[in-house]
Amino acid sequence: MQLFLSQVINGVGNGVVFATVALALVLIFRTTRVLNFAQGEMALFSAYISWKLTTFDLPVWVAIGISMAIAFVAGAVIERTLIRPMEGHSPLNVVIITLGLFLGLNALVQLIFGTDPQSMPSPFPKGSVSFIADTRVQKVTIGLMVVLLVECAALWLLLNRTTLGLKLRAVASNPDSARLHGIRAGSMLMFGWAISAAIGALAGSLVASERAALDASLMQVVLVYALAAAALGGFDSIWGAVVSGLVVGVADALTIQYVDALDGIEVVLPLGLILVVLVVMPNGLFGKRTVERV
Amino acid sequence: MASDRSGAAVEPAVAGEAPATVARVRPSPWPEVPRPVRVARIVIGVVLAVAALYAPLYFEPDVNRLLSQAIYIAIAAMGLNLLTGFNGQVSIGHGAFFGVGAFTSAILIVDHGWTFEATIPVSAALTGVLGLLVGIPALRVRGLYLALVTLGLAVLFPRITQKYVDGTGGVPLLRPSRREFASLIEGLDDDQWAYYLCLAIMALLFVLAWNLVRGRVGRAMIAVRDQELAATTVGVNLAATKVGTFAVSAAYAGVAGSLSVMVDKLADGTNPILYFQRSIEFLVAMVIGGTATILGPAVGALVLVLLRRNTQDLIEGKEILAPALFGAALIVIVFVLPEGLVGGVRRLLLRLGQRTSARGRAPTAP
Amino acid sequence: MSLLELRDVAGGYGPVRVLHDIDLSVEEGQVAVVLGANGAGKTTTLRAISGLLDVVSGDIRFAGTSLVGRPPEAIARLGIAHVPQGRGTFADLTVEDNLRIGAINRRDRDVERDLRHWLEVFPRLGERRDQEAGSMSGGEQQMLALARAMMARPKLLLLDEPSLGLAPLVTRELFDRLAELNREEGLTILVVEQNANLALEIGHWGYVLETGRIAVQGPAAELHDDDAVRKAYLGF
Repeated sequence: MQLFLSQVINGVGNGVVFATVALALVLIFRTTRVLNFAQGEMALFSAYISWKLTTFDLPVWVAIGISMAIAFVAGAVIERTLIRPMEGHSPLNVVIITLGLFLGLNALVQLIFGTDPQSMPSPFPKGSVSFIADTRVQKVTIGLMVVLLVECAALWLLLNRTTLGLKLRAVASNPDSARLHGIRAGSMLMFGWAISAAIGALAGSLVASERAALDASLMQVVLVYALAAAALGGFDSIWGAVVSGLVVGVADALTIQYVDALDGIEVVLPLGLILVVLVVMPNGLFGKRTVERV
Repeated sequence: MASDRSGAAVEPAVAGEAPATVARVRPSPWPEVPRPVRVARIVIGVVLAVAALYAPLYFEPDVNRLLSQAIYIAIAAMGLNLLTGFNGQVSIGHGAFFGVGAFTSAILIVDHGWTFEATIPVSAALTGVLGLLVGIPALRVRGLYLALVTLGLAVLFPRITQKYVDGTGGVPLLRPSRREFASLIEGLDDDQWAYYLCLAIMALLFVLAWNLVRGRVGRAMIAVRDQELAATTVGVNLAATKVGTFAVSAAYAGVAGSLSVMVDKLADGTNPILYFQRSIEFLVAMVIGGTATILGPAVGALVLVLLRRNTQDLIEGKEILAPALFGAALIVIVFVLPEGLVGGVRRLLLRLGQRTSARGRAPTAP
Repeated sequence: MSLLELRDVAGGYGPVRVLHDIDLSVEEGQVAVVLGANGAGKTTTLRAISGLLDVVSGDIRFAGTSLVGRPPEAIARLGIAHVPQGRGTFADLTVEDNLRIGAINRRDRDVERDLRHWLEVFPRLGERRDQEAGSMSGGEQQMLALARAMMARPKLLLLDEPSLGLAPLVTRELFDRLAELNREEGLTILVVEQNANLALEIGHWGYVLETGRIAVQGPAAELHDDDAVRKAYLGF
């Protein structure tokens, strides 16, 4: 029981990370209907920026904040210069562009920051606190949970309680009609990418500080799990992405502990989940309608 | 990208008033070819064939190896083109089929003493069946979501080799000895033999793809890509067409994988994103050459291999730069040549042809 | 001066020219009706006005300002509300959100009051305030589109085939509403319709489009009663 509980807690810790990246994916998908395969590498780049800033003795939170601001701008620029011109073309073109970004950014990280693994300081206090049934929870896990909750609440408020959010939702729902109502659809799409990139920067920095080492492969596996979480959540729902992220994290931890056959190929789990969700219930656990793109 | 989920942009199918509908009606996939284009085509074909046959006698072994790599990439890209270009199913997982082909050959040679040539049909059959198995769930998933699922295959494959393939030193790396690929023809060096074998297989698969695409099956594939619903109403068996295309396409990638073992003398499972990168290579070759063109993948593969080699040598000791330039090149190509090299040339020829035939001849009576 | 004036407007989609030298004007406070067969260019005319279509030559003036070359979002902000075919519903948003989108560029404090007002005018919308707009019937969505457009307090309302897909009774009700809005609020309306009979009944001036040109125009009542015009163009 104690083992089970501590595995669940482990899983939640990872799940929070998956959820954050999934959130970034969902945000871009909601506003622009693009699945951004470069999300992980954009986050990786931001994580390196955060790390670099901490080497100049900046406090970790300040470093992450600056990195998020840079990512915000970069996200908008990427949308405007690379994604927007593909409007009306085959979705294959956008897939290829995000894959090109994936390769390019990954290599650029190694070129700029080197290939040696780095260690990123944690913004959370060390140690653990005791939890039910003699298990202990890392303070880092609690910190990540808090950050995730704050992030979700902020996003939810932005989307559902502000005029800007209403504009974003209008463009996501019906871009042509939104323009006829005087909403600058282009600006909204840029804004969607910008926020998403900033959230990705936060996620990447937190992953980097949580894991022992920061290197160029950091986000690749995380991206697969995040895609699984986004698919499970229906690609469209903020809370769906969050709950699904946690589900995927916990399921992963339990699989590692209890299913020996998958030793070394745990990644089968998120992939299987993606497949099952897309085939059996294309709306995800929380999606409310058919999402389909030809 | 415009979303067409709700009603705003949907207009009735009225000529002139409905751009969305008009844009969706494509011209016949194989337009009437004007004579100058046919002539140009034959000339280009003959020149290419002669060049391809003479090349290995002219070049050094390392260049021949490069060209052989271009050929196996071309084969895989050709398979991907059948699936993505002609049938509209996006796959980022063909690297996995390629890997299965490579490891099938390598394992049969190293562990079971097969001759290399005999392993190729086995790879083709095995990856064909695998393609069939992947193609069935893919029936319910499309567009970006299919890309997502197939991406998973490419990520998964190296991990499976890490778990189940026990090569030298416990890592999933198989290196069949050079003797296994010795030339079977007197007077040809090993590298020349490898090149000609690859070329012969590519020619065979090229003809097969050509016939497939231009026949009834090809029309069904294209119909499914363009108008899925309409295709079923005119009697196209949707499921069979899609799953069948997936299987054939995967088999092409499998054969390419087998050939890669001969060319590179190894099957590698140590790099966790190698087969994902392979998937992207195939996509790039297809897109550079021209999506949904017959010759495109081969042209694209050649350009790709040359590009990669030259970016690698560009800066000493900075091999990392290659994928960066590669990624950048990918983006640039989508912008500059949305139809690919072959698509661009074809349009140019067609335009020239139309101009000459309009000038030269009066229209013939029906 | 007319509120809206099109002079020698030509345009189309890419190389396909759909409109040829359209001359058309809408007087303030009036209802103008554009009739014509499928493919005559009715929808295209509206799209040219609201900036969804590139105008090749000619000029479009709204309250003295030229609209040519402006993006749709800028034209909307000038006070033109365009209800497109398909009604422009934000299907996965609630009815209330749909209405708020209508008023999204307003800065005044009366938005809440207007919201209450339109929910009262269209009680069905009031009942379904928190439902997804896409779950409503065609007639309800058309009422929603109308209310959403009115939330912008437009100076000019463009309506594209509002009767499309509606039952005759619902269509009747819709046109009664339009007449009412015109009469009581002084709203200027340009409506494109296939249902010539009903449209001409509420209109002041009518145009008949044929293959991208204006074939006939005149006071709505005259067009309505002119047997030759009815036989040749309107089919009733």
